Amino acid sequence: MSGKGIQIVGLRKRYGSGDTAVDALRKVDMHVAPGEVVGLIGPSGSGKTTLLKCLGAVIEPTAGKMILGDDVIYDDGWKVKDLRALRRDRIGFVFQAPYLIPFLDVTDNVALLPMLAGIPNAEARKRAIELFKALDVEHRAKAMPSQLSGGEQQRVAIARGLVNRPPVILADEPTAPLDSERALAVIRILNDMAKKFETAIIVVTHDEKIIPTFKRIYHIRDGVTYEEAGEGRDFE
Amino acid sequence: MISLAGRDILHSWGKFVFTGMGLGLLIGITLSMAGIYRGMVDDAKVLLDNSGADLWVVQKDTLGPYAEPSSIYDDIWRGIRGIPGVDQAANITYLTMQVSKDSGDVRVMVAGITPGGPGTPGWPPYLVAGRQITRSHYEAVADIASGLKLGERIKLRRHHYTIVGLTRRMVSSNGDPMVFIPLKDAQEEQFLKDNDAIWAQRRRTAQNPAFNRPGVPGLLDAVIASQSTNPYVNAVLVRVKKGYDPEQVAESIRRWKRLTVYTRSQMEKILVGKLIATAAKQIFMFLVILSLVSSAIVAFIIYTLTLGKIREIAVLKLIGTKNRTIIALIMQQSIALGLIGFVVGKISATLLMAPIFPKHVLLEPLDSAIGLIAVVMICVLSSIVAIRAALKVDPAEAIGG
Repeated sequence: MSGKGIQIVGLRKRYGSGDTAVDALRKVDMHVAPGEVVGLIGPSGSGKTTLLKCLGAVIEPTAGKMILGDDVIYDDGWKVKDLRALRRDRIGFVFQAPYLIPFLDVTDNVALLPMLAGIPNAEARKRAIELFKALDVEHRAKAMPSQLSGGEQQRVAIARGLVNRPPVILADEPTAPLDSERALAVIRILNDMAKKFETAIIVVTHDEKIIPTFKRIYHIRDGVTYEEAGEGRDFE
Repeated sequence: MISLAGRDILHSWGKFVFTGMGLGLLIGITLSMAGIYRGMVDDAKVLLDNSGADLWVVQKDTLGPYAEPSSIYDDIWRGIRGIPGVDQAANITYLTMQVSKDSGDVRVMVAGITPGGPGTPGWPPYLVAGRQITRSHYEAVADIASGLKLGERIKLRRHHYTIVGLTRRMVSSNGDPMVFIPLKDAQEEQFLKDNDAIWAQRRRTAQNPAFNRPGVPGLLDAVIASQSTNPYVNAVLVRVKKGYDPEQVAESIRRWKRLTVYTRSQMEKILVGKLIATAAKQIFMFLVILSLVSSAIVAFIIYTLTLGKIREIAVLKLIGTKNRTIIALIMQQSIALGLIGFVVGKISATLLMAPIFPKHVLLEPLDSAIGLIAVVMICVLSSIVAIRAALKVDPAEAIGG
């Protein structure tokens, strides 16, 4: 693989020290190109969530290297001062549950991110509406999150992950609460969006329904990643 | 940037409004307590204002006539009137008592006023109905707050009086409405005993060999006569001529008459600093306790509301929201809650509590402004616990695992 996207080299994460130290990540090597959607699969306790937290700049790895686009963001220490700004501007998140802000309407839930980045309100809302059109939830733009179906909420959450046009999106079990049809629809949307916005998307999943759709899969076991080719099955 | 606090309040406005109303009633009680204190101070000042005096001449070394009993001879005023700088001098008596009327009884302060007219020190300066006292005996002017009506007859000790005039805001320092009667009547009400007591006193005097000496005709009659007359008043109210310094005139009276004289500012200090001092301290303690209770309630409410949003706060932090935005969210909600509470409190104190309080409740704009500032500060301080909890939230909680 070549190109930008996100590249992880020899990433390690150790919790604690001395006799009680636990190596949650021992050797993680990954590369996801722009426009690509890869699966990250592993049993419970394998280090998936720890990896996601490291990639999301939520916790600090112990060693290794992370390159986002052209920038080294971690090389045995953070190379970026403002991690919040990094998360806001360059990393998109899609969670297992949509976790939309219940007191903001759908548009503002998505437009909030660009607003936080200093983009004028009108421009931020325009971006949100454009994404709603692409995700087919434009008609729910003024609704409150509680008025949406599960599938609609997840599509809005995807829009929130994409709205700042980050080079990478981390999706944590995004299809877990959905039935087969809707789960495949979400994966289709993620693939479409990855291509449209040149975004690298890492999908952490246990979901047997969607695993065959990935062209590349990273397995993680005892803190070590192994790459394998996926079926890349058509999800239509 | 959108107001997260505003959106959250609008989203769950019912919770905020009802919580604010509960807090508002507490703030209303706090404002009413401050109003009661102001009312007590105002009552004290009104008493001094309405007396029309610049100086109060009282028994030596007493804090009379309001804070302590004072008794001086009723002819002293003549000598005082002759002192340079004195414009008018008038005797006055004060007696607090219970007066029966048609619908129960009422506590009043009876003031015995010297013959004269409106403008004489001690007289009610204006009436809202009826006329001033024109007869020497058995007429009264009452404050409208006493509930007495024109033409109503009341009994004060031994005599009956007819209400001929009504006045307003003539109250004692305790807030009791005043009833004005002629001085001579007041002296009798204050000092004259009932018939049985007079009879018993005469008999005891007659049995006393010191007063009923054989060979000294007229002694017993003279003693009995002195016992049944009352030459005392509580104070002399003095009005100072224009251009004279009240303190200098007071000093002259002190030097020549060997009496205690208070100026307006000294009398105000006695009333506010001594007479109502204990009540003021009690009210201050209530204010402190109510403020602490309000703080605790606001802190608890805001803390609970914040705990209810932990997941949202974690998501906000994960997607890059700055700490100051989260702090603003909590603090603005806290202040909004305080403002709702203040508005409800101000309205309830003004429209609900003040009219039904038996005491005069004076809600001054400055107190309201101070109250508003205090509420905002309490809300800001109370939100600190919730802010600490919010800042401790790990953004990783949004990811789970």
